[in-house]
Amino acid sequence: MLTQLNHDIAKPFSRRRWLAATAGLVLGLAGFNSAQAQETIKVGVLHSLSGTMAISETTLKDTVLFLIDEQNKKGGVLGKKLEAVVVDPASNWPLFAEKARELITKDKVSVVFGCWTSVSRKSVLPVFKELNSILFYPVQYEGEESERNVFYTGAAPNQQAIPAVDYLMKDEKVKRWVLAGTDYVYPRTTNKILEAYLKSKGVKQEDIMINYTPFGHSDWQTIVADIKKFGSAGKKTAVVSTINGDANVPFYKELGNQGIKATDIPVVAFSVGEEELAGIDTKPLLGHLAAWNYFQSIKDPANEKFIKAWQAYTKNPKRVTNDPMEAHVIGFEMWVKAVEKVKSVDADKVIDALPGIEAKNLTGGTSKMLPNHHITKPVFIGEIKANGQFDVVWKTPGLVAGDAWSKELDGSKDLIGDWVGKKCGNYNTKTNKCGGQGS
Amino acid sequence: MLAKVLDRFRALVLSLLLTVALASPALAGPFEDAVGKFANDEFSDTDEAIGAVATSGNPLAFAIISALQDGRLMADPDSKKVYVTQPDGKIIDAATGAAVDKAPDGAAAVRLNNRLRRAVEAALGGLTLLSPDPARRIQAAQSVFKTHDEAMLPLVDEALKKETVKEARLAFTEARAAILLFKPDATDVEKLEAIATIKARGDQEAMALLTGLTGDQPAAIASAAANAKAAIQRSLSLWSMVQNAWYGLSLGSVLLLAAIGLAITFGVMGVINMAHGEMVMIGAYVTFVVQETIRTSYPHLFDYSLLMAVPLAFIVAGAIGILIERGIIRFLYGRPLETLLATWGLSLVLQQAVRTLFGPTNREVGNPSWMSGAFELGQVTITYNRLWILCFTLAVFVILLAMLRYTALGLEMRAVTQNRRMAASMGIATSRVDALTFGLGSGIAGIAGVALSQIDNVSPNLGQSYIIDSFMVVVFGGVGNLWGTLVGAFTLGIANKFLEPVAGAVLGKIAILVLIILFIQKRPRGLFALKGRAVEA
Repeated sequence: MLTQLNHDIAKPFSRRRWLAATAGLVLGLAGFNSAQAQETIKVGVLHSLSGTMAISETTLKDTVLFLIDEQNKKGGVLGKKLEAVVVDPASNWPLFAEKARELITKDKVSVVFGCWTSVSRKSVLPVFKELNSILFYPVQYEGEESERNVFYTGAAPNQQAIPAVDYLMKDEKVKRWVLAGTDYVYPRTTNKILEAYLKSKGVKQEDIMINYTPFGHSDWQTIVADIKKFGSAGKKTAVVSTINGDANVPFYKELGNQGIKATDIPVVAFSVGEEELAGIDTKPLLGHLAAWNYFQSIKDPANEKFIKAWQAYTKNPKRVTNDPMEAHVIGFEMWVKAVEKVKSVDADKVIDALPGIEAKNLTGGTSKMLPNHHITKPVFIGEIKANGQFDVVWKTPGLVAGDAWSKELDGSKDLIGDWVGKKCGNYNTKTNKCGGQGS
Repeated sequence: MLAKVLDRFRALVLSLLLTVALASPALAGPFEDAVGKFANDEFSDTDEAIGAVATSGNPLAFAIISALQDGRLMADPDSKKVYVTQPDGKIIDAATGAAVDKAPDGAAAVRLNNRLRRAVEAALGGLTLLSPDPARRIQAAQSVFKTHDEAMLPLVDEALKKETVKEARLAFTEARAAILLFKPDATDVEKLEAIATIKARGDQEAMALLTGLTGDQPAAIASAAANAKAAIQRSLSLWSMVQNAWYGLSLGSVLLLAAIGLAITFGVMGVINMAHGEMVMIGAYVTFVVQETIRTSYPHLFDYSLLMAVPLAFIVAGAIGILIERGIIRFLYGRPLETLLATWGLSLVLQQAVRTLFGPTNREVGNPSWMSGAFELGQVTITYNRLWILCFTLAVFVILLAMLRYTALGLEMRAVTQNRRMAASMGIATSRVDALTFGLGSGIAGIAGVALSQIDNVSPNLGQSYIIDSFMVVVFGGVGNLWGTLVGAFTLGIANKFLEPVAGAVLGKIAILVLIILFIQKRPRGLFALKGRAVEA
C-alpha cells in the first residue's frame, strides 16, 4: 500500500524532492497510525457488498456502521472511538475466509460482525479459531453448531421454525405439511428437524411433502400446482418455506396468480422479511405468514426510537428494518458491555465475559447471552399486510433460549454447548464427554 | 369457530323467515353492541362481532363485512366508534348508516388474521347467496361448497328455486350436493345423487370433498364415492399432462425470449457475449423506471406501462449494445477467448453499476391488471402473465424473422455473416452492419427484460440466471438458425416440465444438462445445423 502510494506520487517529483516527500509521508503516516492505534478500537464488518448476497448483506453493513456511529456519539468504548473496517467478500465463500484473515491479522480488528449464509460462516470458522478472534453472526440458521469464537445472535431452529409449526398446528389446525426449500444446508437441516418434530407429533409420512429447488429458481408453475394438488386432500394444508431470498418473489407471484390464498393454504416463511417484501406487490400475499424474532411493525418505544434514528442515518424515510438488523443491534450492545466489563478488547477476556451479558432487544424484552453462545429471544408470527409490513398475530409468552443442538435429531439430542462450565461446544450429556458429533 | 358462525346462520335463516313473516326489520341495540366490538382490537372480539353482524339481518351487514374483508372498516379505539369507507370513498357510521365527513384521526383499519378471514368469507357467502349479481352468487355458492354446512341448506334450496342463470344453477346444485353428502340424516338416494353431481364437477375441490368423506357410510355410498374418486383421479391425471404441456410451453417461451437476442449476437455474429444477461437486466430496469415515472406523475396510465417500456427498453439496451460493439467487441473479432473474458468482465461492471445506481435490493415492478390472475380451461389453470408472455415472445420472433428476411438491413446482416469478404466487396459497410446487428441483438434482450420483469426479480442479478439457459438453447437449437432457437427453447421447456414432477426441480435440471451434453456429442452443431460454406465463415 505504502509503496504503491509512493509510486503514484513519485512521477512528477525530482529525486531529491521525492526523497523528502517520502520521508515526510512515512513519518506522517507512522505518526498518524500510532495516534490512531491509541485512539480507536477497530471493528471488522464482513458482509458481501456485491454479488448475489449483496441484496441482504449491504443493509447489515450499514447497520454496523450506524451502531458504531451512535456509540461514538456516546463517547465510544473505554474512552476510545470505534473505527469500522469494511471489507467486501463479494458473495464468494472462500473469499470470506481470506477477508476474515485480512481483518484479523492486517487490520487487527477486535471483533467482527458478519456473514449471512451458513456456508460463508463455515468458511470463516477455521480462521477465527486459528487466530482466536470474535465473530457475531446475526442470521437465523440451522443450528447444530456451537463454537468458542462465534456468538450466534440470530435464531436457532427452536427459536423460529418449531414455534411457527406449533402455531400452525394449534391455531390453524394444519394437518398436512409442505416443506419447501432452496437446496442447501440451512433448508435441508431445518427440514430434517421439522420432519422429525412433526412425526413426533403424530403427523404421518404421507402428510408431509418435501420439495427442494435450486438457488434463484424462477419457474414455480409446477411446484405451485403440486402444492395445490397436495392441499386438496381434504385436510388443512400449510407450506413451511425455507426458500432463500431471491427465489421468493417469483414463488409468491405464482401463488398469487394461481389464486392460492392464505385462507386456503397459508405459507409460513423463515427467510422473508420486510426487506424482501420491498420488492413485491404484497396485495395478493395478504395473510401469508413469517416467523421472526423481530418485526418493524412491533410497537415498542425502543423500536420506534431505533427506526427513527436508522431512517435519519440512512436519509431515507422509507428505509425498512428487519430481524438480522436487530440481531446486530443486540450483539453489538452485548460486545460493548462485555468490553466495558473486562476493560479490555482482548479476545479471550471478552469471550469469557460475554455469557451472562444482557442487552435490551427492540421488542421490549431483555436478551441474554447463554453459555452455548446463543441468545434468548421472543418469537413472533406475523401476517403480511398490504403495505409490505407484518401484523403480529401470535408471540411466545416469554423469551426462548436458543438450542445449539436440536433436541429433535437423534445425532444431536444429547449434545449441549457450554463454554462456561464444560468449556466445550459439543458436550455429550449421556457419556459426559466433550466431543460427540459435529465439529 | 367456523361452527359458531354457522350456528348463527341457523339463527339467520330463522330471522329471515321471521322477517318475511312479520315484515318488520329486527333493528335493536345488540347490533350496535356487536359493531362496537370491532373497535376492541382483539381477534376474539372481532370474531364474535363478525358472527353477530352477519346474523343480525341488518341491511348494513353486507357493507360492514365486505368492508372488513377489504380493509375498509375503520375503528376508533378511543370513542369505540366504527366507520365504513364505501368503495366510492364516502364514509358512513357502521352502527347507524349515517354519513360522516371524515373518520377520526385515531381510526385504523380493523385487523384480521387467517382464521377471521375465513369467517368473513363464510359470512359473505351466506350474505350474498341471494345477491342480484350472478357472479357474486356463484362465488357464494362456491364458498358454501367448500364449507358444506347443513345450516345453509334452506337458503341454498331457496336460491336454487329462484335461480335462472345456468352457471349459477350449476354452482348451487353442486353446493347442495356437497351439503347433502355430509348431512348425517340425508337418505342414501340423496347421497348417491350428490356423489354423481360432485363426480361430474370433476376438479380438485371435488376430489378434496370426496376424500374428506369418512366415517361409517353404507357400503353402496362408500363404493360410489370410491368409484367417483377413481374417475376424477383418471381425468385429473389426463389434465395434468395437458397442464405440464402448457407449463412447458410457457417455460419454453421464457427461454426463447431470453435466448433470441443471443441467437443474433452469438448465433449469427459468432460473438460469445457473456454480457447478454445484463442487457436483459437493463431492459427490466427500464421497465422499473418507466413504472416509477408513471406512478408518480400519471397513475391512470399504469396499465399501459409495459407497452411504453418495450420501445424504450429496445432503444436503451440497443444503444448500450452498439456502444459495447464499437468500444470493445470490434477489436476482438476472431478471438473468442478474449471476447469471452472481456464480455464477462463487462457483465460484472454493468451489474455493479446498476447496483450502485439503483441499490442492491429488488425493485418492485407491478403487474398491470390485464396481466394478473388466471383463468381455468378445463382443469388447467392458465395465468394471464404467462399467456401474454407466450404471445409476446411469438410476436417478437415473427417480427425478427420478417426483419431478417425482408428488410435491407436483414439482407445485409445475412450477407455479412455468410461471407464477410464478399459482402464487403459488394459495397456493404460491414463494420456498420456489425454494430447494428449487435445493437439489434442487445435491443431484443432489452425487450425480453420487460417481459421477464413480470415474472422474476428485478435485481442486478437478474441477467445471471438466464445467461446459462440462453446459451444452452442457442447451442442446442443450432448456432446461426433462428428456427433452431425456437424449437430448442420449446423442446427444453417441455422436457424440463415433464421431468420436474418425476425427478424434482434440481434433478430435472441436471438431467436436462446431461441430455444436452449427450446430444451435442452426437450432433455437435445442434438440432438445425447450417450446411455448406456458411459454416466455415
